[in-house]
Amino acid sequence: MTPLLETRNLSHHFKVGSKLFSHQMLHAVDDVNLTINEREIVALVGESGSGKSTMARLLAQVYNPTAGQITFQGKDLAQLRGRKEKLQYRSDVPMVFQDPFASLNPVYKVSHGIMRGLKLHRPELDARERHEELLRVVSTVGLKPPEEIIERYPYELSGGQRQRIGFAQALAYRPKLILADEPVSMLDVSIRIGLLNVMAKMRDEEGVSILYITHDIASARYISDRVMVMYGGHVVESGPTETVLVDPQHPYTQLLLSAVPDPRAPLEITTEAAKAEPPAVIDPKPGCRFRARCPIAVDECDHLTPLLQPLGPDHKAACHVTAPATVAA
Amino acid sequence: MSTPTPPEPTTLSDSVPALLEVKDLRIVYDSPRGPVEACSGVNMTVRPGEFVGIVGESGCGKSTLLYGIAQLHSAPARIAGGQVLFQGRDLVTTPVKELNDLRWRDLAVVMQSAMNALNPVRTIGDQFKDAILAHEKWSEERVRERSAEVLRLVSIDPVHLASYPHQLSGGMRQRAMIAMALLFTPDLIVMDEPTSALDVVAQRSLMVQIKELQQQLGFAVVFVTHDMSLVSHFSDRLLVMYAGQVVEFGPTRAVFDTPSHPYSKSLLDAFPSIRGPKVPLTGIPGDPPNLAHPPAGCRFNPRCPVVRERCRSEEPDLFTVSSVGPAPAVLSRCLAHHPSEPLGVELVPEVQSS
Repeated sequence: MTPLLETRNLSHHFKVGSKLFSHQMLHAVDDVNLTINEREIVALVGESGSGKSTMARLLAQVYNPTAGQITFQGKDLAQLRGRKEKLQYRSDVPMVFQDPFASLNPVYKVSHGIMRGLKLHRPELDARERHEELLRVVSTVGLKPPEEIIERYPYELSGGQRQRIGFAQALAYRPKLILADEPVSMLDVSIRIGLLNVMAKMRDEEGVSILYITHDIASARYISDRVMVMYGGHVVESGPTETVLVDPQHPYTQLLLSAVPDPRAPLEITTEAAKAEPPAVIDPKPGCRFRARCPIAVDECDHLTPLLQPLGPDHKAACHVTAPATVAA
Repeated sequence: MSTPTPPEPTTLSDSVPALLEVKDLRIVYDSPRGPVEACSGVNMTVRPGEFVGIVGESGCGKSTLLYGIAQLHSAPARIAGGQVLFQGRDLVTTPVKELNDLRWRDLAVVMQSAMNALNPVRTIGDQFKDAILAHEKWSEERVRERSAEVLRLVSIDPVHLASYPHQLSGGMRQRAMIAMALLFTPDLIVMDEPTSALDVVAQRSLMVQIKELQQQLGFAVVFVTHDMSLVSHFSDRLLVMYAGQVVEFGPTRAVFDTPSHPYSKSLLDAFPSIRGPKVPLTGIPGDPPNLAHPPAGCRFNPRCPVVRERCRSEEPDLFTVSSVGPAPAVLSRCLAHHPSEPLGVELVPEVQSS
């Protein structure tokens, strides 16, 4: 089966530095191979600056990749020609943003954004069908009663309700894949779970795949089928969610897991790694990007970039110590 | 490096005089549609060196309470009643001039968003100097020395005194804010969600650092957050607020292990765990009430999973939950703990530790 979306050695570098002819490059995303199958929630986990939002923007075609390839339903995105094909891709792969307070236009009723999407992406619908579809998507995301909600302005909705509208907008396009960039991190803990449930429902009932970008590995566990952990622009571990979380192999995944506050567990001893800052990956030299914070680093990590090595069914990690290369390179 | 020890069941006895005592504090926002009470008769105590967590959803009045404690509220908010006793003196009636002396020196505040709280066009060192010179006539050199000292306390290299806020990462900016609060080693630091803009790893490291500094310097902390799990390993006592009222107040461990109010229990069950079996969660249905028209009876009754008919008419007091042994008492605003006619409901958490 061809995956819904696949990236091959996807990289994106930004030019940085204050000088006009600066040649410093920030490697936001380096050599990422990502697969998303149909009806699947893939979580992309990492801290601020790990490159996960750049990934979302690459997939949404906000940025063009510096190198590498993105294929959607077997078709290379670089080959998309003309407004029609690009529009089609955008309706297949919409994005939901982090901040529900900034992503809805405050001067329009919430129906406005959904209707615009319907008119643009589904011109075959007549006015009555559009209205029915509007009500359907609003109730799918759990806003009741839909007739009343669509007449409201964003300021009349709570943060959780606004973010549901964000998902309703995306759903109106009849998407194949939704790119959700930290959709719940601005919300209160008590309402996050409701949104996560909406996302799971969209997968189960509407057959939508979701790329769920988050720094909260506990919520990734709750809804995702597979998880990819990013650090400094590299994927350092990937695999089925339960496998990765029960038996994390990369020291960074282990750090992420130990940082999750869990009142039901005793406080784990923190290491120096938890105190350090993520790297600014400007003109990186070869070597593991986590080595400065890594408690188990060896000499090799200093000069040889570890590659993802298979560890089990679909489980891979990039670490010289815990996932040594089987064949000496 | 020292590692924080998990908080013991608090050993401070009630005989220690409280550092901060909030008595029946009422804070009202005057709106065109009438007054809205965001803090309805809040009582709390903070002992010297204690870490008290205040948790609740957006709009439950936790930030308002914090502003009330520091007397930083401004119109349309006003104190409609009650006292804030800090070191035995009532801050509500203290004139602004004396408050200014007290603030920062004895009572410091760390604001929610370091991005907005630091001046973007002035260096960190400049801003430290401002704060110091508002209180002391120190020499340039002493100002520099003290600034460098507090930055080192939060593990930031003092070279950053010459940096502008945008040159620091989010975590460093937030730590710089905490360093600034430590300039005069106050007795009490009030923190309003200092970690909410950070990711999990930075958040955890900041919490560990706050706790270490607290053990080292002995100040008390009032920590406001919406994420109950965040303070679970750090606070001595936990105050749960709902709709402007205290609904539960007790030792952190007791509140987590045996929540005595359905709201605390719901909050606790609202986030997924990374361990143990995967269970479907529901969160807390509905929204917090509009404080202009709080529901009759128990304010949590429209969302309560174990609501009874009586809850819709009878407003519960803050009852003392019968505690076993010498452990400090837990207070709960639920009719289930009514001393003479308790409501027969079970509040045992469904998600037990595995």
